[in-house]
Amino acid sequence: MSGVPSTLDEGRRGPARWLLAVYSGLFLIYTLVPIAVMITFSFNQAPNGRVSLRWIGFTLDSYRHAFAIADLTTALIHSLVVAVVAMIASVVIATPLALALARYRFRGKSATDVVIFADIAAPAVVVGASLLSLFLTLNLPRGLFTIFIAHIAFDIAFAVVVIRARVATLDPALDRAAADLGATPWVAFWTVTFPLILPGIIGAGMLAFALSIDDLIITSFVAGQTLTFPLWVYGAVKTGIPPQVFVLSTLIFLGGALIAVLNSVLAHRAGRRAAA
Amino acid sequence: MSATESRAARLRGLGRGAAPYLLSLPSWAYLTAFFVVPMAAMLSMSLATGNPITGYVFSWNFAEFGRAVSQYDTQLLRSFGYGALSTFITLVLTYPVAYWIAFYGGRHKGTFLFLILLPFFVSFVIRTLAWQFILADQGFLFGTLKQLHILPERFYLLSSTTAVIGGLVYNSVAYYILPLYVALEKIDRRVVRAAGDLYASPVATFWKVILPLSAPGIFAGFLLVFVTNVGDFVNAAVLGGPGTTMIGNIIQYNFFDAQNYPMAATLSSILMFLLIVCIYVYARIFGAEQIQEYAA
Repeated sequence: MSGVPSTLDEGRRGPARWLLAVYSGLFLIYTLVPIAVMITFSFNQAPNGRVSLRWIGFTLDSYRHAFAIADLTTALIHSLVVAVVAMIASVVIATPLALALARYRFRGKSATDVVIFADIAAPAVVVGASLLSLFLTLNLPRGLFTIFIAHIAFDIAFAVVVIRARVATLDPALDRAAADLGATPWVAFWTVTFPLILPGIIGAGMLAFALSIDDLIITSFVAGQTLTFPLWVYGAVKTGIPPQVFVLSTLIFLGGALIAVLNSVLAHRAGRRAAA
Repeated sequence: MSATESRAARLRGLGRGAAPYLLSLPSWAYLTAFFVVPMAAMLSMSLATGNPITGYVFSWNFAEFGRAVSQYDTQLLRSFGYGALSTFITLVLTYPVAYWIAFYGGRHKGTFLFLILLPFFVSFVIRTLAWQFILADQGFLFGTLKQLHILPERFYLLSSTTAVIGGLVYNSVAYYILPLYVALEKIDRRVVRAAGDLYASPVATFWKVILPLSAPGIFAGFLLVFVTNVGDFVNAAVLGGPGTTMIGNIIQYNFFDAQNYPMAATLSSILMFLLIVCIYVYARIFGAEQIQEYAA
C-alpha cells in the first residue's frame, strides 16, 4: 500500500518468529480438521444407511449412490437454484451503488454506509425473524420465492463492499479520457469501467453464491416447507446423517476449491499480461 | 493531485448531480423493502397482542419486553456470556495468525488467506456436524481413547458449555482473521521500524505501536463475531444440550413451535438493539466510512 516492501522484518529470524510460524501452521490444520474428517468418513461403510461414528471399512458405495435420497437431491437443487438467482440479482443491484459510493460524494452517503454495514453485521436470527415478521404481516406464503427475497437482501451488502473496493482502485482519469474522446457515460461504462471492475464483480458473485448456498439460519425462518441442502441436513441431525450428506458435501467442497484455484490462477495470468 | 482531483469531481458533480442518486436507487429500494421495512414489521409485531388461533393485532403492548426479560433471563444472559467469551477466545487465537500472515506472509499472503477461507466451501451446518461427530462420546476419537483407558468411561464433551463455545469459536475464526489482517496489513512498516530505532523492545513495540494501530480491526471483528454469536442457535442445537439453550433457540421455538410471534419478535428486537448499540459505539470511535472496509 505505502509502497514499502514488506521485507523490513524479514531480517528478524528470532525464535518468536519461528514460534509464530509453527502456531499458524497448527492453526491452519485445526481449521481443516472437520473437513478432513468429513472427507475421510464419506468413504466409510454405512451398513444401516447412517454415517457410522467408528471406521468400519473403505467403500465407494456412498459415491455410487450419491443421489439415492430423492428429497436430499431436491434440496441440493433448491440450494443451487437459490444461490445462482441470488448471485445474479444481487450483483446487478449492487454494482451501481458500489460505483456511486466509490466515485461520488452525495447526501445520504454515510447513511448508506451504515445501512450496508448493518446488513452485514446484523445477526442472521434478526434478519430472518424480521423478514418472517414482514411475510406474516403481509400474509405472504413462504417458499422458494421468499428464500430468493431473503438471500438477495443479505447478498447485496457483501457485493457492494467487494465491488466498491475494486472500483476504488481505478484511476478516475480513465473515465475522463473516455469522455474526452467522445464516449457517452453509458458507452464509457461498458467499454472502459465494466471490463476493469469485472474481476470485482466476479469476486462479489462468488461470495454471494457461497453465502447463499451455505445459509441456514435466515433460510430457516423464510423457507416454509421448502428445504434447502443445509436445512435438510439440519433436520437430519437428530435422526442420524446418511452418508450421502458427506458425499455431496465433499463433492461441493472439491468443486468449489477447484473453481477458486482456477479463478486465482487465471486472474494472476491476466494480471501479469496487463503488467507486461 | 488531490486538489485537481476534487475540482474535477466537483465539475463532474455539477454536470451529473443526479448520477449518484440514480445509481443508488435500485439498492436503496431493495434494502428499504427487504431490510429496513422488515425491521419495522418485527418491531410492530413485538408490540402486538393476541394468540396463535385468532391472530395478533398491533397494540402498543410493551409488556412483552418485560415478560421476555423475566421469562428468558437465563438464556439472554447465557447468550451474552457465550457470545462475549467465544469472541474473546477467537480474538486471542486468531490475532497471532493474522499478524503472521500480514507481517511474514511475503509472497504467499494470498495463499494463506485462501487456506483460511477453504473451510467455507463446506456448509456451516456440516462443519458443525463434523465437530459433533469428532466429539461424540463413543466416536472414533473419544471412544478409542476410552478403550485404551486413557480417558475415563464417563468423560464427555458434547452437550456441554465447552462444546458450544468451541463450536462458536471454530465458526468465527475466518470472520475475525480477515478484519485483523486488513488492519495489520495497513500499518506502515516504517513506524514499526522507527520504534525499533528508538530502542523499543519487540514486546514494547507490539504493545505500544502495533496493537493500538490494529484497534479498528480488533473492534470491527469483535462487532461482527460477537453479534453473530449472541444470535446463533445452530451450535447450541448441534453441539449443546438442555443446559446450553441460547436466545436464538428460544426465538425459533416461539416462532415455529409455540407460534408466539410477539415474543419471538420481541427477543429478536432485543438482539437488534444490541447490534445498533454496537454499531453506534463503533461509528463514534472510528467513523462510519471505516466501518465498511473491515466488513468483507
